[in-house]
Amino acid sequence: MLELVDLTHRYGTYHAIDRINLTVKQGEVVCVVGPSGCGKSTLLRSIAGLIKPTGGAVLLDGRPVESTPDNLAVVFQDYSRSLYPWLSALANVGLPLRRRGMSRKARDEAAMAALTEVGLGAAAGKFPWEMSGGMQQRVSIARALAYRPSLLLMDEPFGSVDAQTREELEDLVLRVCAHHGMTILLITHDVDESVYVGDRVVVLSKAPGHVVGDLTVDLPGPRDQIRTRELDAFVKLRADVGRMVRGMSARRFDNGMTHEVETR
Amino acid sequence: MTRRSLLSRLAGLWIVPVVLVLWELATRFAEQPYFPSPSSIAVRIQELWFSGPLSRVLLTDDAIDAFAPSLGRLFAGWILASLAGILLGVAIGRSAKLADYLDPMLQFGRAIPPPLLVPIFFALFQIGTATQLAIIVFGVIWPVLLNTADGCRTVDRQYLETARVFGFTRTDVLWRVVLPAATPKIFAGLRLSLSLALILMVVSELIGSTSGIGYGLLTAQQNFLFVDVWAYIVLLGVLGFLLNASFLLLEGRILAWHHRARRTI
Amino acid sequence: MGATGLLVILEVAGRTGVIDTGFLPLVSTVLARAAELAVDGEFLTHGLASMEAWFWALVVTIAVAVPAGLLLGVVRPVESATRPLIEFLRPIPSVALIPLAILLFQNPMHMRMSVAVYAATWPVLINTIYGVRDVDPLAKETLRSFGFGPGTVVMRVVLPSAAPFIATGVRLAASVAIILVVTAEVVAGGISGVGVFINTAGSGNRVDLMIAATAWVGLFGIAVNALLVAAEKRVFRWHHNRLAGVS
Repeated sequence: MLELVDLTHRYGTYHAIDRINLTVKQGEVVCVVGPSGCGKSTLLRSIAGLIKPTGGAVLLDGRPVESTPDNLAVVFQDYSRSLYPWLSALANVGLPLRRRGMSRKARDEAAMAALTEVGLGAAAGKFPWEMSGGMQQRVSIARALAYRPSLLLMDEPFGSVDAQTREELEDLVLRVCAHHGMTILLITHDVDESVYVGDRVVVLSKAPGHVVGDLTVDLPGPRDQIRTRELDAFVKLRADVGRMVRGMSARRFDNGMTHEVETR
Repeated sequence: MTRRSLLSRLAGLWIVPVVLVLWELATRFAEQPYFPSPSSIAVRIQELWFSGPLSRVLLTDDAIDAFAPSLGRLFAGWILASLAGILLGVAIGRSAKLADYLDPMLQFGRAIPPPLLVPIFFALFQIGTATQLAIIVFGVIWPVLLNTADGCRTVDRQYLETARVFGFTRTDVLWRVVLPAATPKIFAGLRLSLSLALILMVVSELIGSTSGIGYGLLTAQQNFLFVDVWAYIVLLGVLGFLLNASFLLLEGRILAWHHRARRTI
Repeated sequence: MGATGLLVILEVAGRTGVIDTGFLPLVSTVLARAAELAVDGEFLTHGLASMEAWFWALVVTIAVAVPAGLLLGVVRPVESATRPLIEFLRPIPSVALIPLAILLFQNPMHMRMSVAVYAATWPVLINTIYGVRDVDPLAKETLRSFGFGPGTVVMRVVLPSAAPFIATGVRLAASVAIILVVTAEVVAGGISGVGVFINTAGSGNRVDLMIAATAWVGLFGIAVNALLVAAEKRVFRWHHNRLAGVS
């Protein structure tokens, strides 16, 4: 359903991503992992239609993405700037549904259902600044769920919350998305998380980012924070992915050195 | 507010009676006509404006004759300027082209000392309420306009990207994202404009008017009625204080999300 | 570019008769008058008189408001006791004091200065208090631990680190004082001062001269502000660096 063909982007002279090819099938949960500065955010912003890539194409359901597609939702890392502080949780979740041509009542009901699904039914009237970081990120997730996108993009969605909240949110996303059969592309720098959450893990190199590995995660579901993480298969996969992330960044570093010597 | 905090706030005002008593003693001792005692000023204020019938909240005819035109011009001018300023400010804030085009003019308009508009407008137009209104509108529009433009221009990028991702319509982006995000700055501009409107009301009445509080002040000065001059100044001070305080109250209500959000971060 | 476009439109409107030049003078006329005023001895005398009142008002303001602000900032109880007074006095529209000042001061210069000082005091006072509050407690402790008295601490630590804030207050006060001086001149009249010049031009129905003179006042304000901003940037480079380091 999502296809990236030779996706390339440069900001001026800075080469952020380089000929990324990737296909995501309907209902798949794909994690993109890579070292910091591998152009993960550029990749996400290109898919979401927030920037126009300088080369290659993004195809969603076979059609090229030109502006922001209407069957796509994003959960951003920085929840404090992604939720509107002047709106209650319910209004934040309900606002995007105006585009769906729903009545006010239908919007409120859908928003309430989504909030209940993420365990915030009782906090619908609260404002973002009355909530903890984890609660705010739940509201972001509820907003994405209520929108019923066919593709959900998540940009380091658990990067700004504490470890325990992070595990809760990982399980929440897995449970809810399986329930709705949603396709997810999750971007993270956390190797552990990518293996735990993903059906597939795609590893990017350091900038200019390109795909250096694409592993299928063959772990039994439903996943469990303790049991899954102690499986031999999990440990091995995590080591493989970790080596790829680290190894590529090391080789890139070497290249950089020789390059520097040459210019002198 | 709890009873206790109200009491402690009242206790914090102890300096006010102390200063009043000292002022009273000093003026009685000095016996200078220029510096009447606060008690005589208070009596005069009551005589002039607050000895009317109970049905009119004690307001006298003089009070109504002076307050009504002044406050009418003040509020009408401020509201008109605010509406126009917000409208133009949004347009300028959302259109880089328009901003480039108008910026030098805005900078210049802002630099003109607003009270100097008074003699120019009175030279250009007839002396009267319409001109006074025009002075207030033209003089106080700048803080609203520039603050609105700035607020609309500097909306957090993430707010706008979220709106784009979820496909908000242009009107939704404006009404539900850009304007709410800009309200703290817009309100700062509105508050500046309100105090400026009071100043322009007074200046325009001091220079070219036959009614209003400023005109009354001018007449008192020209007739060397010292107590009356002080009474008018106290009246204008109270008016300024009330305008500012009620605006802050309103702002606190409307911008609760902003103040609280800032506190928690 | 945009301003030029608008000025050209106004000029054309005046020349083609869309706007009566007897009502609103041509842009070119106003510009010519403004240029003439710049070398006009009489106008310059008026200008100097206003600048003199403005300058001394600013000096008095700084002499009064900075020590007061230091006192209120350093000694917390004094600040909390006087806060109600400040909150009542500050919203008094300063122009309302002009008639009283006319009665109190025989000398027009003193009259103008008094109103300007009243209005200009608030930004300096508030900024000084704020600046003193912002002083790094560690710096104060350090000096105190070496056995220096409170006077030294104020002069060596508090005043220098509050200085950028005080400078901002002074810059705001400079603009406010210009406005108040000229307004007092317009309202009270007198022999000299730009406000007096504007009044005279008004009674002679010379709108072109009024606008030209007003433009000079505006330009003077812009120039003073720009100068003070540049001075702040130069003198307080360390302050801006520190702010940049924090954010």
